[in-house]
Amino acid sequence: MDWTEILIDAATASIGPVAAAYALAAIGLNLQFGYSGLLNFGQAGFMLVGGYGAAITVEHGGSFWLGILVGIAASVVLGLILGGPTLRLRADYLAIVTISAAEILRLIVRSGWAEPLTNGVFGIQGFANPFFDLNPLATAGRYGWGDFTFQGRQLWVMIVGWSLVGLATLLLWKLIASPWGRAIRAIREDEDAARALGKNVFGYKLQSLILGGALGGAAGMLLAVEQQNIVSDSFLPQLTFFLYVIVILGGAGTILGPIFGAIVFRFLFQFFDGFMAQSQAEGWYGDLLDATDAQQIKLVLVGAGLMALMVFRPQGAFGNREELLIDDN
Amino acid sequence: MIGLIALSAPAHAQAETVGGTIQVAEGAERTPIAGVVIDISLDGEDIGTGTSDDTGIWAVDVPGPGTYQAELDVESLPDGVAPTDPDSTLLDSVIVRAGQNKVIAFRLGEGSVAAANRYKQLGNLFILGLKLGAIIALSAVGLSLIYGVTGLINFAHGELLTFGALMLYFFHVSGGGPGWPLLLAAIPAVILGGLFGGAQDRLLWRPLRKRRIGNIAMMVVSIGLALALRNFFLIIFDGQPRSLRDFAIQDTVDILGIPVVPKTLVIIGASLVILTCVGLFLQKTKTGIAVRAIADNKDLAESSGIDVQSVILSTWILGAGLAALSGVFFGVSESVQYNMGFRLLLLTFAATVLGGLGTAYGAMLGGFVIGIAIEMSTYWIDTELKNALALGLLIVMLLFRPQGLLGRKERLG
Repeated sequence: MDWTEILIDAATASIGPVAAAYALAAIGLNLQFGYSGLLNFGQAGFMLVGGYGAAITVEHGGSFWLGILVGIAASVVLGLILGGPTLRLRADYLAIVTISAAEILRLIVRSGWAEPLTNGVFGIQGFANPFFDLNPLATAGRYGWGDFTFQGRQLWVMIVGWSLVGLATLLLWKLIASPWGRAIRAIREDEDAARALGKNVFGYKLQSLILGGALGGAAGMLLAVEQQNIVSDSFLPQLTFFLYVIVILGGAGTILGPIFGAIVFRFLFQFFDGFMAQSQAEGWYGDLLDATDAQQIKLVLVGAGLMALMVFRPQGAFGNREELLIDDN
Repeated sequence: MIGLIALSAPAHAQAETVGGTIQVAEGAERTPIAGVVIDISLDGEDIGTGTSDDTGIWAVDVPGPGTYQAELDVESLPDGVAPTDPDSTLLDSVIVRAGQNKVIAFRLGEGSVAAANRYKQLGNLFILGLKLGAIIALSAVGLSLIYGVTGLINFAHGELLTFGALMLYFFHVSGGGPGWPLLLAAIPAVILGGLFGGAQDRLLWRPLRKRRIGNIAMMVVSIGLALALRNFFLIIFDGQPRSLRDFAIQDTVDILGIPVVPKTLVIIGASLVILTCVGLFLQKTKTGIAVRAIADNKDLAESSGIDVQSVILSTWILGAGLAALSGVFFGVSESVQYNMGFRLLLLTFAATVLGGLGTAYGAMLGGFVIGIAIEMSTYWIDTELKNALALGLLIVMLLFRPQGLLGRKERLG
């Protein structure tokens, strides 16, 4: 068993481009779920429209930078469409509607009907060249220490990705400390009381849903740009569930929670991946688990981990139990 | 897993295809047939459609290696040509390796598939819709009853359904099982399904209620449970769909001029009987009245002497048993797969909300509306979009009548 390799792989994954994208999407989800109490189970859908918005624009002759604007605009529009009918309803309705909407989008994008636009199940490739043209690092060069290295191309995505995460965190920190932030937390705690004080509850919720969704859209773009490839099946409901694990792990309703959660989640995910693959190859499990089974077991652990977290430490690593929507009811 | 693979691995350079030649074999003579449609799908979701050209050749690009399903669209066959075995039009494990151009064949001969007129097609779709509706309704009633007494939106409900189907497979087909006939094997499958739900309540949900964990936190717990169970099923059962042994092949019978497979009628009939029994149980029996009382007002029910915890346990057993039965019917009508319940979960949600969250009769009605809408819609729109349409129906419903078809307004907080 090569522990160094496992640990280095896990460490690489924990700060890699995917971790940055997860952190960004989780910041958006944290605003919605942690601070505003909105059960958005369709964050994968926001990521999908963000990524596809950009990719489709480039594919049909627009510039990459226009594509970014289109992607963000698409996720804002999705927030408006979803928020309008559902934010006046009870929290659990929003959960069902958002997860359904995300699935509708995925099914439409992958269908033959939308193929002229989205290229169906094959997705769109190679749309982010202008982004990589700006890369000041040597594309094929390797940066890092010893075995712990990143390709220049990857590092460029990471620099941009984590900068976006930093900016989003700063924005959220300012927002939460502002009167706006106090209002959304008040709404989370007691909607009727906030309404009695003359707050436009619906308006605040809609703003929170849209802002969080736009961050999700940006994260979807980041994922797509990193791979130079976008496929509808990257946006399964499971992706949203991962983001919930990240938000709850870090502590829902905390500023740094999503970043911490994303890093730890990606580390553990990759760690178990490597550990199970190697221990299986060494025959630890005999005939009980074959190589594919050993890969799949980490998703059992993610599920069990989410349950345990929610039961034993719902406030996560940094959270404050008093300030937690999910404890009351 | 597809999502993860797509995220973590670069797109592969080679392209995989599934294809073949559509031809009629008559002795040594081979006649190619043009214009025949073949649908390729993966895990119950459509991938693409191929149409044979003048030389009978067709091919569909697929996004990667995997186990695909290929189905011959019988309607697209010209007059005088029919599959030699009417039940061999679906190949449910077409294994494609990296870079492979997989070739598959359908056996065709002379014969005729009766030209389908509009009445027949719509009638056929309506009956398929009734069947799917019955399956969704059974599942949705269970979900709705459990929601009614506990307030839990159970994302792991789909796994109750899968569990039933897996148990059926174990008692019916599996090498390690007793190999009972399907009808006999369905009995332990449903009973064990109910006990599985009861055990969940005793070991997981009741302790959580004791700790006063909120409904939303419980919902997140159920998501974790669903993820864990589904992947556990994947490990023990593997990914590809598996067929059951009995009733896999049946001759159609004519109902008002519409050809129907008998098992479809049995599924619809049995579901209607069972749903009626559930209705009678809720109206006439003491436990049923207690279930409705708790759903209405838990504190009031408790203070009037109803043993709330034991009624909740009974509801879990009943709801999970109904879900297991739904899984058995779903398995009989299609095949058994580790994620079959999850595939049906959102449609179950849609049915439940459409009928009115927490109302058992609403869930039944919602199930049939959703099932019929899904199947009938394929007459006008792309098959790939049928589920999207059903979920869209849910959102439109919430716009205009958020309490659902049979719900009452004050249920919305």
